[in-house]
Amino acid sequence: MNAEPATGATGAMGTASTAGATAATGAGRGLLSVRNVEKRFGARPVLRGISIEVAAGEFLTILGESGSGKTTLLRLIAGFEELDSGEIWMGDERLDVLPAYRRQVNTVFQNYAIFPHLSVFENVAFGLRAKGTAKAEIPDRVRQALDMVKMGEYAGSAPSRLSGGQQQRVALARALVNRPKILLLDEPLSALDANLRKQMQAELKSLQREVGITFIFVTHDQEEAMALSDRVALLRQGLVEQITDPREIYGRPATAYVAQFIGQTNLLHAEVQDGVARAGAIAWRASGEAGTATFSLRPESIRLANVHPAAQNSGAGAGQPTGQNSARNASVRFCGRILTQTFGGAADLIEIDCGDGQILRARIATPGLLQGDAEFEFAEADAVRVRDSAAG
Amino acid sequence: MYTRAYKSAVTIPPLLWVTAFLLIPYAILFAHSFWSVSPSQVIVHNWNLQNYLELWRNPMYLTVLFRSMRIAGSVTLLALLLGYPLAYYVSFHAVKRKDLLYQLVIIPLWASYLVRGYAWKTILGSDGVLNGFLQFLHITHGPVQFFLYSPFAVVLTLTHIYTPFTFLPIYASLEHVPRNMVEASQDLGASPWKTFLRVILPLSLPGVIAGATFAFVLTLGDFLAPLLVGGPSGIMISNIVVSLFGAAYNWPLGAAISLCMLVLVVALLVVTEKIEKRLAS
Amino acid sequence: MHMRRAPWLTAYACFVYAFIYLPILVLIVYSFSGSGVGGFPPKDWTLHWYRVLFDDGALWASVLNSMEVALAAVVISLGLGLPAALALDRSDFPGKAAFRRLVLLPLILPGIITGLSLLMLFVAAGIKLSLLTITLGHGTALISVATTEIFAGLQKFERVQEEASLDLGANHWRTFWHVTFPNLRVSLIAAGLLIFTLSLDEIAVSFFLIGRDNTLPLEIWSRLRRGITPEINAISTLILLFSIALIVIWYRLRMRGERAPAEAATVPLEPAVEARTL
Repeated sequence: MNAEPATGATGAMGTASTAGATAATGAGRGLLSVRNVEKRFGARPVLRGISIEVAAGEFLTILGESGSGKTTLLRLIAGFEELDSGEIWMGDERLDVLPAYRRQVNTVFQNYAIFPHLSVFENVAFGLRAKGTAKAEIPDRVRQALDMVKMGEYAGSAPSRLSGGQQQRVALARALVNRPKILLLDEPLSALDANLRKQMQAELKSLQREVGITFIFVTHDQEEAMALSDRVALLRQGLVEQITDPREIYGRPATAYVAQFIGQTNLLHAEVQDGVARAGAIAWRASGEAGTATFSLRPESIRLANVHPAAQNSGAGAGQPTGQNSARNASVRFCGRILTQTFGGAADLIEIDCGDGQILRARIATPGLLQGDAEFEFAEADAVRVRDSAAG
Repeated sequence: MYTRAYKSAVTIPPLLWVTAFLLIPYAILFAHSFWSVSPSQVIVHNWNLQNYLELWRNPMYLTVLFRSMRIAGSVTLLALLLGYPLAYYVSFHAVKRKDLLYQLVIIPLWASYLVRGYAWKTILGSDGVLNGFLQFLHITHGPVQFFLYSPFAVVLTLTHIYTPFTFLPIYASLEHVPRNMVEASQDLGASPWKTFLRVILPLSLPGVIAGATFAFVLTLGDFLAPLLVGGPSGIMISNIVVSLFGAAYNWPLGAAISLCMLVLVVALLVVTEKIEKRLAS
Repeated sequence: MHMRRAPWLTAYACFVYAFIYLPILVLIVYSFSGSGVGGFPPKDWTLHWYRVLFDDGALWASVLNSMEVALAAVVISLGLGLPAALALDRSDFPGKAAFRRLVLLPLILPGIITGLSLLMLFVAAGIKLSLLTITLGHGTALISVATTEIFAGLQKFERVQEEASLDLGANHWRTFWHVTFPNLRVSLIAAGLLIFTLSLDEIAVSFFLIGRDNTLPLEIWSRLRRGITPEINAISTLILLFSIALIVIWYRLRMRGERAPAEAATVPLEPAVEARTL
């Protein structure tokens, strides 16, 4: 993988994608509107004017590495921190001026924060009691919430006797019983082991569909994000790098950073001129402005040329774009020397030396043992042009 | 997360109390040290430095002060010599009964200072247990006088009081020495003694400094032990202060001495804080 | 981790323990000795001194005084130490470092200075010396103990629980009572026991603030001035046993949930223990 440092992204990009996404989900105005929010800790800026629109009923994941500001954003929405500038709106009302206990937002914390001195029942009932819910109503609602997370039998238990996964369900029930407009989840699955994690992911997803509440889920695990979300917002250094649905963010990454953060990719540095992009000996048709450009090419897009029967016109020599055929699956060929081949289950990871110091990685299914030089190809549409400059 | 109201609610009451009952009293103490007493036993607010000059000029005060510092130094040293090995033993060598041994050290602390001082008085007196014991064994043939009512008695009593005080912080810092560091040292071939010198001792220094500071400062300001077991030759600086506030009725002078003590203590605390900070980095 | 056996060290440790316990044992043993305090070995085993003790009205009056003062001191110290600990843990204000040093200062300052400065305050304010002034003195000196203990308890408490409570709709007051306070209960009780014990035995500060009524230590002190009576041995033994009982309970409370005594030996403890000779 070529490690390309993608320089900053602007908030404008986020908004542009958001507009598209909002139209895509068909929601009218966003349920939650984060507008140009800035937050500093001491001298260190964490959020730099971030804007996001969250639609009602969607499962939005805020993804990013540590320091990207994702947890801070969550805490601002929950009300545990105060923003330095900008606004947060829920529907018609300004949210950021309200204290945490007056917001119709509930949080599931990373280590659950179950009250150790209260039983499971009392934990779940806590919010209902705080808001003065009728005493007669409380037992039913608590039972309902616990049943929803399959913890109905444990109502009388002490939290100290529960496993991590069980505590997490109680935390969910405790939050959901209050029927919040938005549920915030702060890396709730990170403390669980891999199998339990997968199981909980599935349960969370179906729970969200069942309950219909907006979930805003924070994680640094991109696979988790892709599996669960309606939309993914990738944060980087306090700004939205891209926000859109998982297929889009994977197939059409906006910047080099997105391309590398989500899944694996090859970054091709090409010169674009007269509608053709050239990277070393590889050339393909590309639109957009002329000049230097970066392209993202996923390893699984690269195939062995001679094996694939659907290969397009053979073309003379390697690396030539196909002729005037404008089919989107026009394929691009190139030659390369096999450097390494690593077994990877269904597909092998193959490092290819394409000359001029360019090394690509390909994921090819059951190629047999490869050696020496070979011919490869990929579909033109798989080379996605990405921004990598702040001025994008 | 905490509102202004919350923060004010928790900060203001203790702040007020501490101002009223610590800050203002110290200020009054400070003021008194610059006043003097008229012949008719009235405190006159004539701001001057007489008291401090008196302390400096009159050799008696300096003598007693130095004696107090010697006693404090001896007590600190002895308490460390007793407390450190004990702490080391309980921390590193007592595997099974560590908890019990620790509690055994704390318990005497709750035996009331007065009670323990009094106990030493009965032990050290010419009719006391020690003399009786020595005569019983025919080691001596008459009561030994200097056991009681001497600086020796004061040092002995105060060492007894303050050994648990040095034990505690040293024990705490020894417990925090990572055991795998000690094991690594042994693995690399260092003898137990070398391991102690090079690894354990340096890491336990913060505890040693804390314990030593407490022992020294509190001994210096002690007036009860001298009154119980010190006799005329065991008088310490605080006893002078006590008499100045009692029969000798010279509050301003007493205040001046107290203020000097206060300044000395604060200075010592600042210095040890700085040392501990440097050790921690 | 295993250390090689070190017989000299073990012997030395035994010696130190012996030194620490010698006076206490002497006290207890001689409180049963008919001939009082003299000589060796002790003779005439008797409960005589305990009987004298029980008839001693003035002494029990002072015990009662001490209990009253101790209880009041607990209330004052906890009542101010709790907000002080919260303030130090959660709030940032100009002069916070100075505030912290000031609150903790009485722990290491010799009692005479605390006592004298308070004496001057009361004289200047025209307040007559009495059990009240002693109580105020104890309360002030022992706030530092409460603050240290409660602060240590706060460190172990997960702040995220308070966030969860706020998140669920409870305001600050409700959060404090239903979440923070229950979790601090052990710290508060432990601090209370410690303060009670310290106040019972306190003499240095009380020395200067005493009015007409004596606390127990001061009553013993005044009798000591008049000469040794073996009755003192008896009352000392009783005080010792009572204090030990309280401290063992305190220690057990503190240890609840901990596995190593090292937790008890962390810094917050020593200042509290150093306060012994106020």
